[in-house]
Order: sequence, then C-alpha cells, then structure tokens
Amino acid sequence: MNALEIEDVWKYYGDFPALREIKLHVTPGSTVALLGRNGAGKTTLLRIVAGLSKPSQGDVRILGADVRLESSRRRIGVLGHGISLYDELSATENLMLFARLYDLDNPRKRAHAWLERTGLERVRDGLVREFSRGMRQRLAVARAFLHEPELLLFDEPFTALDDRAIAVLQTLLSEAHSRGRTLIMSTHQLREALELATHVALIHRGQIAYAGERRQEMLDDAGWLYRTYGDN
Amino acid sequence: MAAFLRQSLIIAAKDLRSELRTKEALNASLAFSMVILVLFSFAFDPSSEQIQEFSGGLLWLVYSFAGALALNRSFAREMQNDCLDALIASPAPASALFVGKALANYGLLLAVELISLPVFGIFYGVHWTQRFWPLLLVMLLATWALTTIGTMFSALTVNLRLRELMLPTLVYPLMVPALMAAMTLTTDLLGGTPLNPENMIWLRVLVAFDFIFTALAVVFVDTVLVG
Repeated sequence: MNALEIEDVWKYYGDFPALREIKLHVTPGSTVALLGRNGAGKTTLLRIVAGLSKPSQGDVRILGADVRLESSRRRIGVLGHGISLYDELSATENLMLFARLYDLDNPRKRAHAWLERTGLERVRDGLVREFSRGMRQRLAVARAFLHEPELLLFDEPFTALDDRAIAVLQTLLSEAHSRGRTLIMSTHQLREALELATHVALIHRGQIAYAGERRQEMLDDAGWLYRTYGDN
Repeated sequence: MAAFLRQSLIIAAKDLRSELRTKEALNASLAFSMVILVLFSFAFDPSSEQIQEFSGGLLWLVYSFAGALALNRSFAREMQNDCLDALIASPAPASALFVGKALANYGLLLAVELISLPVFGIFYGVHWTQRFWPLLLVMLLATWALTTIGTMFSALTVNLRLRELMLPTLVYPLMVPALMAAMTLTTDLLGGTPLNPENMIWLRVLVAFDFIFTALAVVFVDTVLVG
C-alpha cells in the first residue's frame, strides 16, 4: 500500500486551475522533495494532502484511506508557513493542547520530552509570545513531530530557520526517515532538500513535470531539473 | 461521542485560557455594554413607565452588540500563526472545533451579560431580581442562539478583511426570531409577568431556534472550514 496516492487532482480558484491532473504515488519510507517555482502549486497540493483544502476534482488517499478521515489525520504531521502555536500559551501548554487533541498518553510528559529534544526545556513554561523566532520555529517542529506521524508534510521547512533550528530539524528528519516515516516537503532550498530526498516531484504551472527517484544529475547540478523539465 | 465531547472541551478550555490571559474580547465587550447602557440612560427617562415596555429590547440590543465584538475574535484568534490549520489537521472533527469554540464564547457572553444585568437594573430602575430564574433561563437560551449563529459566521468570515463589519451584517438578520423571543420574554419578566401559556410560545421559539441552528452548524462547519 502506498503512503500517499494522489489521483487526477484538480484545484480551481475561480476559473483558474491552480492544480491540473495531479497524479502522484509515494511509497512508504520515501522522502519526497516537492519542487517548483513560486505559484507552481506546491502549497496548494500540500494543503490538499493535509486535508486543509478539498480538491475540486480527484482523490487523495493516505495509506489507503480518505485524507479527511480521523484515522488519516492521526497519521499526518503538518508544518506549514505559520508556526501554528498560540502566543498566549506557554510552550508546554501548546504541546499539551495538541497531545490531548491527538489523545496521546501522558500529554505533559510527552510535551516535556519533545521540549527537551528541541532544546527548549529551559523555557518550557514561558509564553510563546516571549520566544525568539528560532525558538518558536523549534517549538513548531516539536508540535509537528509530537504524535509521531507516519506521513510528514512540510511546506518550506528550512525557510527562515536559524542554524540551531535547521540542525534540530535535519536530525529529526533523518531519524524519521530511518524509522520508515514518509516525508513530503516543498522547498526552494534545493541543496538541503535534494540531500535528504529519495524522490523528487517537480510541479510546473500546476502540473507534475517530473516525478521519480532523485538522480545524480540533480545533486551535481541543482538547476538541471528546472532546465530539463521546467521552463529553464 | 465521549471523544467528541472531550475534544470540544479541550478547545473550549484552550479558548477560555487564552481569553483570560489577554482579556481582549472580554474587556472590549464589557466596556462596550457599559458605555451603551450609560448612554441610553441619558436618552431615556429611567423613572418613566415606558422603560418597562422596551426594557427587554434595550437589554438584548446591548447584549447582541456586545456579543458581536466577542464573537468576532473567536476564529480570528486562530488566524494568528495559522493555528486553524493545525486544528483542522488534527483528529478533532470540525464539529468538535465548532462546539468547543461555541462553549467558550457562551461562557464569555454569559459573563458579560450577568455583569451588565445589575448595571442595567441600577441605571433604569428595573427590578431584574423578581423573576430572576425564568430570566436566567431566557438568557441561557437566547445567548446560545447568539453564540451558535455568531460562532458559525465567525468561521465563515474569518478570511474576510472586513470581518468586523460582515459578522454583524450576517448575524443580526438571522437572529431576528431569537431576538424577538428574547426581547418579548425579557420585557414580560422584567415587568413582573411570569412565564405563562401566552408567552411560552416564545420560549418554544428559542428552544427550536437553538436546536435547529446548532444542528445546522455542526453539520456544515466542516464545509465552511475546509471548503
């Protein structure tokens, strides 16, 4: 069974087709770099896969089940453009909120464990609004990993991260990959993405221009993919 | 069902905790209701008998205007840092999210109303304590009506730039039956008339309104939030 199956997905905004006939199958344990220019449709596709938006047409299945089923949502970890954390709650309260929504055992213990893993144990009772940008981002990473999802959906995860947050995220992603988790991440940072990726999907003007294994040419020359399958 | 209630209560507790830390909606709503009550007391003669005739209408106008201020914040609070995305992606169904937020709003609005009521009594010389328990019943039912409609439209208008304007524009027309019922019953009760077979029809209107709009909101909120 595939970790993710996207079948003939279209998404319209008014009359404009943001996604056109997207078809993508992702095997369990893969790390997929979802690439494309600004406005290509990466975020739209990730939002549909995360169940945050419905496709105008087509079908998305996670481990064989509809994406909006509760069982599917339990298996997804999402890290979007925003940190999805409440400024007026503490780091522990934020993680406990999501631990409870995911019905995890011992939410406080789980929250503290993740705060330790992301280097935030000293500020665990501090309000998020008092955190620096880097601390907020690390907390957002902890929230996405908190329930140990089988499918991780990250939208430009390395953008605006500080060095420490990048190190934390890379460690967690490597661990997740070694434990057989599936990761799909959209990014503009080709180098970081291609080093982690086992597969690459390039979206060009709302369509899949390339989907397949990461190839050596991509590592040797990051622009090769765009020149070969995109406009330039 | 137990999971649904648990998730709803988690959301409600989160909203109330956030609100108690910032007091944004509470302060705005409470200050607004006090100012309106004071200003209206200058416009009307509190000693006249006429005040009894429109006391219910006046009180519910204040409650609904103040309520709109609080309800506007309900889903807008989730837009900061894209928190709504994380909630929608969680296993909690959209209906539990709605019920949780509605419960938090309900507590908030009731608090504002219960604080405003004695102030209303003082400024307008209205004996609100004489039929307090039936009055409380009317407040509970009508406030739930306002909360349900307001929370639903707060979700619907959350992405609009003019949501502060759009929410009351959409909510008040739909609230007309519930507001009519609440105003009529409140006027009766503040005037000393008990609940009787004649005005019980308005109580039934409130119960039916609450039931129908809660059911509709629970069914359609997923479509509103996810599309």
